[in-house]
Amino acid sequence: MTARPNVSMAVTQEWVAVCNLSDIVPDTGVCALVHGRQVAVFRLNDGSVYAIDNYDPFSSANVLSRGIVGDLKGELVVASPIYKQHFNLVTGQCLEDAEVSVAVFSVRVEGDMVVVSTNT
Amino acid sequence: MKKEKIVVIGNGMIGQRFLEQLVSRSATHPVEITVFCAEKRPAYDRVQLTSFFSGKSASDLNLVPEGFFEQHGIALRLGDKAVAIDRERKVVRSARGHDLPYDKLVLATGSYPFVPKVQGTEWQDCFVYRAIEDLEAIRVAAATAKVGTVIGGGLLGLEAAKALHDLGLKTHVVEFASRLMAVQLDDSGGRLLRHKIEALGVAVHTSKATKEIVKGETCRHKMLFADGSVLETDIIVFSAGIRPRDQLAKAAGLSIGERGGIAVNDHCQTNDADIYALGECALWSGRLYGLVAPGYQMAEVTARHLTGEADARFPGADMSTKLKLLGVDVASIGDAHGVAPDALNYVFTDEASGIYKKLVVSGDLKRLLGAVLVGEADDYGSLLQMTLNAIPLPEHPEDLILPAREGGASKGMGIDALPDAALICSCNNVSKGGLCSAIAAGATSVGALKKNTKAATSCGGCGPMVKQILDSELKKQGVDVKNYLCEHFDYSRQELFHLTRVGGLKTFDQIVTKHGKGRGCDICKPAVAGILAACWNEFVLKPKHAPLQDTNDYYLANMQKDGTYSIVPRVPGGEILPEKLIVLGEVAKKFGLYTKITGAQRIDLFGARVEQLPLIWKELVDAGFESGHAYGKALRTVKSCVGSTWCRYGVQDSVTMAVNIENRYRGLRSPHKLKMAVSGCTRECAEAQGKDVGIIATEKGWNLYICGNGGIKPRHADLLVKDIDDATLVKYIDRFLMFYIRTGDRLQRTSTWLDNLEGGIDYVRKVVCEDSLGLGAELEADMQRFVDSYECEWKKAINDPETLKRFHHFVNSEAPDSNVVFVAERGQIRPAREDERDDERSDAREAELEVVT
Ligand code: SRM
Ligand SMILES: Cc1cc2nc3c(=O)[nH]c(=O)nc-3n(C[C@H](O)[C@H](O)[C@H](O)COP(=O)(O)OP(=O)(O)OC[C@H]3O[C@@H](n4cnc5c(N)ncnc54)[C@H](O)[C@@H]3O)c2cc1C
Ligand code: SF4
Ligand code: FES
Repeated sequence: MTARPNVSMAVTQEWVAVCNLSDIVPDTGVCALVHGRQVAVFRLNDGSVYAIDNYDPFSSANVLSRGIVGDLKGELVVASPIYKQHFNLVTGQCLEDAEVSVAVFSVRVEGDMVVVSTNT
Repeated sequence: MKKEKIVVIGNGMIGQRFLEQLVSRSATHPVEITVFCAEKRPAYDRVQLTSFFSGKSASDLNLVPEGFFEQHGIALRLGDKAVAIDRERKVVRSARGHDLPYDKLVLATGSYPFVPKVQGTEWQDCFVYRAIEDLEAIRVAAATAKVGTVIGGGLLGLEAAKALHDLGLKTHVVEFASRLMAVQLDDSGGRLLRHKIEALGVAVHTSKATKEIVKGETCRHKMLFADGSVLETDIIVFSAGIRPRDQLAKAAGLSIGERGGIAVNDHCQTNDADIYALGECALWSGRLYGLVAPGYQMAEVTARHLTGEADARFPGADMSTKLKLLGVDVASIGDAHGVAPDALNYVFTDEASGIYKKLVVSGDLKRLLGAVLVGEADDYGSLLQMTLNAIPLPEHPEDLILPAREGGASKGMGIDALPDAALICSCNNVSKGGLCSAIAAGATSVGALKKNTKAATSCGGCGPMVKQILDSELKKQGVDVKNYLCEHFDYSRQELFHLTRVGGLKTFDQIVTKHGKGRGCDICKPAVAGILAACWNEFVLKPKHAPLQDTNDYYLANMQKDGTYSIVPRVPGGEILPEKLIVLGEVAKKFGLYTKITGAQRIDLFGARVEQLPLIWKELVDAGFESGHAYGKALRTVKSCVGSTWCRYGVQDSVTMAVNIENRYRGLRSPHKLKMAVSGCTRECAEAQGKDVGIIATEKGWNLYICGNGGIKPRHADLLVKDIDDATLVKYIDRFLMFYIRTGDRLQRTSTWLDNLEGGIDYVRKVVCEDSLGLGAELEADMQRFVDSYECEWKKAINDPETLKRFHHFVNSEAPDSNVVFVAERGQIRPAREDERDDERSDAREAELEVVT
């Protein structure tokens, strides 16, 4: 199969600037409100950024942005601060429970700004 | 199948073991069991009786699993004595007048302490040392006594002497024979033991026969000896040997040994095949056994024989013993006196260090027959195994007891030389083979092995050997014995602490680059954060440390189930000014927080949203409050009782001590949280023995207890040292805490740390009180540096704009988290339940949208 540019996505994706990159301490996360949705945005110490849902399905609390980030067997993860399940920062997949995953969002750094799209 | 009626007389250590063995076989052999128990409580650990004085309660000593009697339908006749056996009708008569029929009768009546015929023993304050009640009575009498004397210098007598000594009495031991422990030790061994015990301040009088006890002049009693000398004493404890309790059997016409004991055959049957006897009351092959291990074997043999295993036989047992008497290691193995005709002795004496060792070997120098060890008994396990398994002696048998020579051949035999049949734990009849198969089946820690095999769970003497076998087996399986932190570090917390401290490493990045791999995770990051804090005490929210912190440390508050936080200001020692109480109330009212008194003498304010935390803390700090570190793996509180200032029983000012201690160690980061308490007297209202550090006032100063725990698995603290003054107390706590912080595992409370520490409390005592590692000054200096650099984290946080920026829910909005919903209960807020929140949330959501737009 040949890769096609995803035209429809490019059209409807709406990017929202949420903060300066320097507002996020390296290797931690913040929570951004984007179109009424809570998005956990993480900045790793190599400058890369990731965005997933802030809602922790295990505790039903909006807390994932306050978890510790790191890697487990090569996967980039955040650990929920409440019951400590790990979520893959790239796919949203929960490592402890194959049935559970959280939404991931597009995020990038433009100049000094972190911009997020809630279209996944 | 008809149920066989079994009646058991005596629910002591052996009677109980028999019941457990019997019910484990009752699937194939249904039984109906009645047990007579003359004491007012069911079986307890008599071997550990003395620990009753060092803080263990009767229920700590309990040996009966919860619900045991109910579960197995056993009728327990507590406090009821069997008074007669009618063998003709096969019934047992109880003291309450009932006749109980039996098919099989089991006698486990134990023994009673022998009290020599001395005039005056009917005096008050003359005791024996056998049951919990005896110890309770001794404790009461000791409270108002100065001098205590034990008659009998054998094993039990010396144990009783230790107890009196620990109760603070000037203690004497009076022995009829010419040396202490005449049964186990030879003259030289006995002499050395005597020196050691005298050095502790216990007076020893040998070759003394007590003639009469009369009213004393300086003390309550005066003892008159056959040689004309006298001794004044307040309390007398008789420990002049034990006699089998065979009266009931004798009256029933069962055959009794010349010097007592119910005669039994190899199946533990008496001359009436329907009646068995076991434990200390049983006489097998002309021998009485005063130890639990042979009794346990008899219990198993009886249960097997009774349930149809006709060939179950008691093979006789070894009487070797290893003990710690008044802090002195003493062991006797096999033919300790060298009675075998051609036996030869090797003796090593080091009077300077108080060590005496003797080997008894066969005339052809091929086999070890026995040994005596005083002052150092580390080799007990291997020497015992050599004796029992007839392992050939090395070329120079003396090497077994000589201190290891530089470059000399390794001592003794390796654990691998033992045959599988070697009995490692004699208390619980566990062989090396048994341990190895349990290890192969997955019991790969000492804890798991203990649980699966019961090895090392009674007297503990076999503990070191069990550990050696475990390590050796794991090595053979190719398993490295490791407790690595996580996949990012091939080091334990202890090793990492050392590397960090010695390497002067100040950040996670330095540490992971040098000693680890990857980015780290939620296991190693907080652990390293704790290590860094303990080593260098830098502000935990510095940008380089902040990402390592668990959310609780990151926001300096405890996260609750709904993502809000709780606030616990420090209230040192639980002492609080009315003004400050009012401030707490006002702040709680202003921010609408739920308030509760915690289980640890302070006040918790719940339901603070993350953005409110700095506002709340600003008010608290202004009013003089500091962080209570309820969120940290750090010192929590030092609980106090009101103490001598107000309480009519208090003997020291426990509140002042608690306040000082809390202010000294506040903020100290450690492998897990730390709790402490100070009680003003032995009534222990502050529950200090349930804390990591427990301090109890005495007339002379303070008793320091360590490694207690409430929580998941409660553990009473161990007494580290008695009657010390304020300065020594602080010095020892400094050393203890720093030693734990250096060596503890991640999330290991002091209780599990101690339980896993080789050498246990004695080792800690050596390190802390005797400075055996020469680390004392360094540990104290580390602590002083910490104390001097303490700063309140909240005070720092509210004055640091960079840190404050992080206290918001949204990085791009002032709105609160709409998912946080409270409802009212008993006049305060609480998080809404799922079914309550939907209506509330839609309201809140609307409000929030308004804020955003
Ligand atoms: C607030 C409090 C209950 C209360 O309303 O009274 C409490 C609350 C929590 N306890 Fe506790 N414990 C509280 C007193 C105790 C006590 C009693 C005491 O300290 O005198 C104990 C038993 C004593 C002990 O620790 O030895 C206790 C044994 C535990 C344990 C079990 C620890 C153990 O070693 O087995 C945990 C779990 C853990 O730490 O891993 C725990 C954990 C917790 C956590 C941190 C659970 C969690 O992760 O959310 C709770 C949150 C604290 C918070 O403020 O939000 N809590 N907890 C008490 C706070 C006391 C304080 O002022 O600091
Ligand atoms: C202080 C102390 C320290 C010790 N230390 C050690 C040690 O380190 N190692 C070791 O191996 N051993 C040690 N022992 C010895 C050990 O405790 C005994 O060997 C063991 O308890 C014997 O168990 P038993 O069941 O035969 O007797 P017991 O435990 O004495 O139990 C017999 C029970 O039967 C009851 N009874 C008697 N007659 C009747 C009746 N007619 N009706 C109803 N009930 C009756 C008694 O009241 C008693 O409760 C120690 C003993 C003491 C006292
Ligand atoms: S422990 Fe002692 S001082 Fe404290 S309240 Fe109880 S009796 Fe009083
Ligand atoms: S030998 Fe006593 S517990 Fe193992």
